[in-house]
Amino acid sequence: MSDAAATRTARSRWLLLAPALAVLIFAASGPLLIVLVYSFLTPGDYGGILWEFSTDAWFNVVFEQDFFTEEVTLADAHLSIFWRSIKLSLLTAFLTFVFGFPTAYFIATRPKDKRDIWMLLIIIPFWTNLLIRTFAIMELIRAEGAINSVLLALGIIDEPIQMLFTEFAILLGMAYVYLPLMVLPIYASLERFDFTLVEAGYDLYASRWRVLRKVIFPLAKPGVIAGSILVFVPSLGAYVTPRVLGGGKQLMLGNLIELQFGAGRNWPLGAALSLTLLAIVMVALILYVRAAGNEEVRHG
Amino acid sequence: MAKGFDIRRQTGFATIAMACFVILYLPIVLLVVYSFNAGTSVAIWEGFSWRWYVSAWDNDQVQAATVRSLVIAFWATLIATTCAVLAALATTRQGSFRGYTLIFAMINQPLMVPEIVTAVALLIFFAMIKVATGYTGLFYLIIAHSAFCLPFAYMPIRARLQGMDLSLEHAAMDLYGTPWRVFRRVTLPQLWPGILAGAMLAFVISLDDVVITEFVKSAGQDTLPTYMLGQLRRVVTPEVNAISTALLAISVVMVMGFFFLSRTKK
Repeated sequence: MSDAAATRTARSRWLLLAPALAVLIFAASGPLLIVLVYSFLTPGDYGGILWEFSTDAWFNVVFEQDFFTEEVTLADAHLSIFWRSIKLSLLTAFLTFVFGFPTAYFIATRPKDKRDIWMLLIIIPFWTNLLIRTFAIMELIRAEGAINSVLLALGIIDEPIQMLFTEFAILLGMAYVYLPLMVLPIYASLERFDFTLVEAGYDLYASRWRVLRKVIFPLAKPGVIAGSILVFVPSLGAYVTPRVLGGGKQLMLGNLIELQFGAGRNWPLGAALSLTLLAIVMVALILYVRAAGNEEVRHG
Repeated sequence: MAKGFDIRRQTGFATIAMACFVILYLPIVLLVVYSFNAGTSVAIWEGFSWRWYVSAWDNDQVQAATVRSLVIAFWATLIATTCAVLAALATTRQGSFRGYTLIFAMINQPLMVPEIVTAVALLIFFAMIKVATGYTGLFYLIIAHSAFCLPFAYMPIRARLQGMDLSLEHAAMDLYGTPWRVFRRVTLPQLWPGILAGAMLAFVISLDDVVITEFVKSAGQDTLPTYMLGQLRRVVTPEVNAISTALLAISVVMVMGFFFLSRTKK
């Protein structure tokens, strides 16, 4: 290609990209940089910020200083919310794995022409409104909800079990809404699975459990890792599910961040907390890319 | 092979899978069923009725939120899909180039960055612009929705472009077709299912968004999902179930459409 032609291709390429880049810089990447700036400013009295440099917001992510004694302690309230977010996200990933792996395996072992329909059944809930699915769970576990009504009618319990507004409710809700994200990648890694390997395992007198652990699972591992990340990341940043099912009593990171822009009136702290969340997510993604890379090297 | 031993079977897996499907659908089915309940309860069945659909339909706030949701989704889909088509052409047709990784990362940013972080970023940025310009209209929501719908529109379009046979385009160019004519007469007709699939995904994603809308909207700019979230503080009536069912129906139709569009291979 001549130089002139190469320049022309480059120019047309950037022209084609221009609208997308404009939208993204204006409403996605650009504002992220402003968050970084805000995290180093002083909060205004009624929300917003004052243009004065300060590292207080970052300090306040994990520490707090007593107003009178100036004693520095760990910010227990924040740390317990961090801990709850990480704990519930890991549990969500685990729970979706326990249910998702057998489901993905089940679908992958159906006749080829039936698999698409089974997968459609997994995908439909995934593309339906997250808020509505959370509502559905709420109505199921409310004091007057379906579960309690059935248990009461059967005489198993005398009074409704309080399930709503607990950590359990959030865990249940997140596992429910993110389950498809676990099934999809595991299915993708099992779909082309070579079952002669399983047959070889049985020929060598392996038990079903051993075949599952030593043959199927190692080959499905990339899918499992991908699924765990896909579930863990949105769980960690979840806002709607803990708000609806935790009812403002069991805060997660997303709710703590929102609080700083509402009643908390501390925008810089909200900005610093957002970037902390983003950093944790990025670490998880990098670990995933590394793990996926290693798997590829190992299996060639 | 003897029928007694199926090498693919794992004990209990089919049971767990069936349980999974029941768990996935049972809450949604209950929600839909109780939207037709004659009583005010969302747990005790008192007979079939359209009552809650009628009351949702007559609710001015619901009407306004529905119109707003549709207007935003329409413009966001149009903008996102147009940008996605152009970007997909630029990133698939001419091999890799400098800055490709960055652009790919930027397009997919809404998928990687937690929604709450983007929401906060947009709240801060748009608050600055609102103060500076005094404009508080729907544009902010439309552009925010366009940005996070972009990757969803981009992916199926790119997939379609990558799977396309280039020889037809080359033939058209050999016959002295201008780039525009080649695009319109050869590329576009083949690309159409991808564009439609991408647009449908974008529409559903926009219609369902809660978090970013909740942070970006100005006073009185509720969409259906944020209106429903706001209703939570009050007693939940089956009216919310009725709205949910209507939204569910739209999503399911769109997703089925997407599924069958992307399944018909070339």
